[in-house]
Amino acid sequence: MGHLSTTPVADPAQDSTMILNMGPQHPSTHGVLRLLLEIDGERVVRMKPDIGFLHTGIEKTCEAKFYQQIVPLTDRIDYLCPMVNNFCYVLAIEKLLGLEIPPRAQWIRVLLNELQRISSHLVWLGTHAMDIGAMSVFLYCFREREDLLRIYEMVSGQRMMTSYFRIGGLALDPPLGFFTAVKKFLDGFTEKIDEYEDLLTGNRIFIDRLKGVAHLSAEDAMALGVTGPSLRASGVDFDHRRDLPYSSYDQFKFKVPVSPDGDVWARYICRVQELRESREIAKQALEGLPSGSTKADAPKIVLPDREKMKTEMEALIYHFKIVTEGFSVPAGEVYQAIESPRGEMGYYAISDGSAKPMRIHMRSPSYANLQALPKMCEDRLIADVVAAIGSIDIVLGEIDR
Amino acid sequence: MTGTNRRGAKHNVPLAPAITDLEMLKDRPQVASLLQWNRSAVEGAKLDREELSIYISREFIRRACEHLKSAGLVDFLSDLTCADYYPRTPRFEVVYHLLSIRNKQRVRLKVRLEGDDPVIESITAVWPAANFFEREVFDLFGIRFLGHPYLRRIMMPEDWEGHPLRRDYPVEGYR
Repeated sequence: MGHLSTTPVADPAQDSTMILNMGPQHPSTHGVLRLLLEIDGERVVRMKPDIGFLHTGIEKTCEAKFYQQIVPLTDRIDYLCPMVNNFCYVLAIEKLLGLEIPPRAQWIRVLLNELQRISSHLVWLGTHAMDIGAMSVFLYCFREREDLLRIYEMVSGQRMMTSYFRIGGLALDPPLGFFTAVKKFLDGFTEKIDEYEDLLTGNRIFIDRLKGVAHLSAEDAMALGVTGPSLRASGVDFDHRRDLPYSSYDQFKFKVPVSPDGDVWARYICRVQELRESREIAKQALEGLPSGSTKADAPKIVLPDREKMKTEMEALIYHFKIVTEGFSVPAGEVYQAIESPRGEMGYYAISDGSAKPMRIHMRSPSYANLQALPKMCEDRLIADVVAAIGSIDIVLGEIDR
Repeated sequence: MTGTNRRGAKHNVPLAPAITDLEMLKDRPQVASLLQWNRSAVEGAKLDREELSIYISREFIRRACEHLKSAGLVDFLSDLTCADYYPRTPRFEVVYHLLSIRNKQRVRLKVRLEGDDPVIESITAVWPAANFFEREVFDLFGIRFLGHPYLRRIMMPEDWEGHPLRRDYPVEGYR
């Protein structure tokens, strides 16, 4: 956080440029991003992002928590897709433990992850369009997002901070009526995407503001660590779900939208296509959902069912021990990456053999993607900066952690 | 943890022990390539839970990254972070998670650093993506990266004292 710094970005000898401060309370910075812009008229000469206003020290807090207590912390990292963070964390710890998760739990995780991707992309679409000036799309997007938040509430009791995934499976089997609600949502959703596209894809003003703006080449994107839809919009065909599959993603059939153009428009098209593909994956997950348990058979790690706890002594003992002492994890280290709506979400976990992690590090996609922003915006107009910020879909909670 | 509990239920996948012998891992393309390039740069290797880690000596890290990149074995810097093993020495391990988008493979490079001299060469020249990651490590661990274009605090305020992610820094902070 360099907000105390008195050092100007620009060379003071240059008279023609001025420094403009944008944020951290600017509505189009999607949170508390501060940008220092060196401008020449309306042209951005240089840009420096300044972050850290939302730093809460989650990585440090993790050192003092039991493994199972960290799940709710991961929700707070990326508040637009909490379950994706839960997912990545539990996958990392399960890999450390060597736990095999029952297929039903894996498929429900995939289903919920794709719903999260949809709701996260809906927030992106709404706010991005609003930044450009298309107000009404926001209302349409939040209408569908509300349906999804109700679905999350059904399954976890919370609309946003869900904490539904547990190390070794899911907190509970989804309640009655959950799958019907998801099916109803998915059945109607294609029409809704068409509706957004009617409002935007053919819209002259929208096209003019997006096409050819904030160009990022494939080489630059790779060098700057850009991942996710922003990377694919620069023509690099890479998706963790397909190329390094986790949690049964290899059993799903889906396309990975790629565009060679590398501008804001390409990123828009890729994400809208992803909405359709995510719907497709969720539909497959719903139709082929295996039966069985949603928890791994590991009584020392997974909390027992309430019913068992009341009738079996051992279940009660394990419950008591897990809650009071946690469970120890064999020493070692893993890096688990998944495809979050924004790109490569990675958790690096080191265990020293005790019940608390030695280190948890989150590789957040927005953090790396933000580095590409100066490259996109330099030598362009200030108005394009707003379009560029929207197009990389940053979440500041995830950047600052 | 891999044992049986009283009801006899086992963990479904017993963990294979980690392979830490460099001789057994020298056929891995990344290890082989680095050994062929400069044997003294490779301090060791480890295969644990199907993840390959290669220990590189401090003075060669930038050139090792460059070498792996030009050999086509990696093309993307996924993550760069650090871990503090206080009070063990050497205290710090800087960790590079490299990815090959073309071969769909990951490899982890690690560099051990002493606590009294936490200095390492920056790899921003190889991957500009390392810029923010190295600043974060500098901010939270106090490791200096030589050749970094703008090594300033990124998360904490500029006038902050100490490096919060070090193990000897209390979780609740100094009061």
